[in-house]
Amino acid sequence: MSTVAETQIKLTPEHDARPGASVRSRLQDLLPKIVLAPSFAATIVFVYGFILWTIYLSFTNSKTFPSYDITGARAYQRLWRWTFESDPPSSWYTSITNMGIFGFLYIAICLALGLFLAILLDQKIRGEGVLRPIYLYPMALSFIVTGVAWKWFLDPGLGLEQTLHQWGWTSFHFDWIKNKDFVIYTVVIAGVWQASGFIMAMFLAGLRGIDGEIMKAAQIDGASTFQLYRRIVIPLLRPVFLSAFIVLAHLAIKSYDLVVALTSGGPGGSAWLPSNFMYEFTFKRNEMAVGSASAVIMLMTLTAIIVPYLYSELREKPR
Amino acid sequence: MLRKLLIGTALATSFAFSAHAADVKEVQMLHWWTSGGEAAALNVLKQDLAKEGYAWKDVPVAGGGGDAAMTALKAMVAAGNYPTASQMLGYTVLDYAAAGVMGDLTETAKKEGWDKSVPAALQKFSVYDGKWVAAPVNVHSVNWLWINKAVMDKIGGTEPKTFDDFVALLDKAKAAGVTPLALGGQNWQEATMFDSVVLSTGGPEFYKKAMNDLDEASLKSDTMKKSFDNLAKLVTYVDPNFSGRDWNLATAMVIKGDALVQVMGDWAKGEFHAANKTPGTDFLCYRFPGTDGSVIYNSDMFGMFNVPDDRKAAQVALATATLSKSFQSAFNVVKGSVPARTDVPDTDFDACGKKGIADLKKANEGGTLFGSLAQGYGAPPAVANAYKDVVSKFVHGQIKTSDEAVTELVKAIDDAK
Repeated sequence: MSTVAETQIKLTPEHDARPGASVRSRLQDLLPKIVLAPSFAATIVFVYGFILWTIYLSFTNSKTFPSYDITGARAYQRLWRWTFESDPPSSWYTSITNMGIFGFLYIAICLALGLFLAILLDQKIRGEGVLRPIYLYPMALSFIVTGVAWKWFLDPGLGLEQTLHQWGWTSFHFDWIKNKDFVIYTVVIAGVWQASGFIMAMFLAGLRGIDGEIMKAAQIDGASTFQLYRRIVIPLLRPVFLSAFIVLAHLAIKSYDLVVALTSGGPGGSAWLPSNFMYEFTFKRNEMAVGSASAVIMLMTLTAIIVPYLYSELREKPR
Repeated sequence: MLRKLLIGTALATSFAFSAHAADVKEVQMLHWWTSGGEAAALNVLKQDLAKEGYAWKDVPVAGGGGDAAMTALKAMVAAGNYPTASQMLGYTVLDYAAAGVMGDLTETAKKEGWDKSVPAALQKFSVYDGKWVAAPVNVHSVNWLWINKAVMDKIGGTEPKTFDDFVALLDKAKAAGVTPLALGGQNWQEATMFDSVVLSTGGPEFYKKAMNDLDEASLKSDTMKKSFDNLAKLVTYVDPNFSGRDWNLATAMVIKGDALVQVMGDWAKGEFHAANKTPGTDFLCYRFPGTDGSVIYNSDMFGMFNVPDDRKAAQVALATATLSKSFQSAFNVVKGSVPARTDVPDTDFDACGKKGIADLKKANEGGTLFGSLAQGYGAPPAVANAYKDVVSKFVHGQIKTSDEAVTELVKAIDDAK
């Protein structure tokens, strides 16, 4: 305490005595702002600026190149119409239903599996230092590597099915990756394989942060292990759930490359996610307006999910 | 409006512009021919230009279909940093020409007589508003069958002349325990095969009306339904594992004798050559049954950009070299396609190449040279992709009947127009 007071006393006269030093200290105060300014400006332009630009483009009739004459919401009307074309499914209908299936299963399974693995690893077992990186490692791979590896593994002519046939189990049949109704679940499998180890690490860090005294107190009160986790540990992990959810949600939304590498779009485009739809329409079909509109809808959907969740979680902080 | 933007961006990035301003004796070339055979084929052009004193600056953007290259090109053009030329496909050339960024090679074209030697169907894409904006490099055609000769001999098959012959042949292969039809279940491969099916089912007139003019009555006609029925018939002859397979793996099945036949464009020949197979003894090339005399084509073009005057000489040299008979012959022998001008001698080509050249000439004269809808030469990309969607959904069962397929096709094409 006293040192702080001393430095303050020492500093103040200098400010008055030497104007040069005042400029320097003003500069010092400004320095963080100056250093941050370029990245701040870059974020404003390249993230928020382009969000606005995308919204603008979605109301034009841009095709191959951007066009700047507002022509109305035709792109949204088309998407809206496609939303209800389920038989035969329009590409947009496939994309959004896949997003629902993939998003829900991917997040739910990753959370459940990650928590389960973390609890098991937290039982003071031997060799934890070896096991943890093994589970964590898939996260170090890019989606492309994960996708290609699982593509080969799941391919009935190359991978699992073929191997089991050679081993003599000829009735074994697993062709989800070639099946239009099940291909999206293979994306879930590959995605979960990649991310659950990372989520485990997050939960493990959370578990290590829990005060041992609380656990002991509960045990003295006669709580069973199940009750201990159900009533005490998991509720205490709530902030970890929040972080994990946000990490998983954004991974799910940007899983474009996983779908491409794993399924190249699936039979008849049955594995598309909205990100595939967006890229396909903007860059391959020269329908930039429709692509932009789908991007805007993706952003809106994400906002609609994340914002209330963030709000409800962060509001309780001050207590 | 776009032009204003482009100019504005060009001014704004004038620093970058001048920094990139290329050496006047240099040809900047954006392309996606990065695989072994393709790169070797392009090397011929490189050497031709070197002889005339022009250096070659490669701007390769890998990725087979050229999507990545086209995205890169968009960025370069928006920044005002035009390459001398870029590999481009059909409607892309016209899009860029409409945006006013393409150069004008009409003088050279007149001098070299391109108007007469390049098929009229190709000029639809290389000439915009009366001006030559692109130099076609080759003509691929998609209505081919590629057959493993050993398997063909084993099952005692002969060249199928009609669709029914073809089905009978496939049945023979099935009975012999060979996969009859090698197909990669990706939408462009299915649609490429369907192009041939439509031509075979409906004949040249019908193909043109439905697949190039997008005439609604033809698209929902009974002939179109019959075409879808025929496609469904063919799909019953593929192996259960076909979905998502790459085209060259399907070709490999034929090369190895695991499958009898593949319906694919003539780029498949490159795979046979790479495996040291000779036409006539190891493999056979026939026109898709019922399409002899017609050619469904697609073509690679070098789009020529509106570069500053001091770089124009290099551009003219590139265009002239591209359409020179010697290069057209040397390049296409390696690439598997046929020359983009009909007056190139066929001496260096193999049997399939000779047939391809003769067919192209005949089709050009008889008016039966049609753009492939699946390959983006029948209609703009939005329509072509909508078409691929419908065909692929039909093949994989999201669309269940041919009635439903034609309804969907009309709707999807209408939507995309």
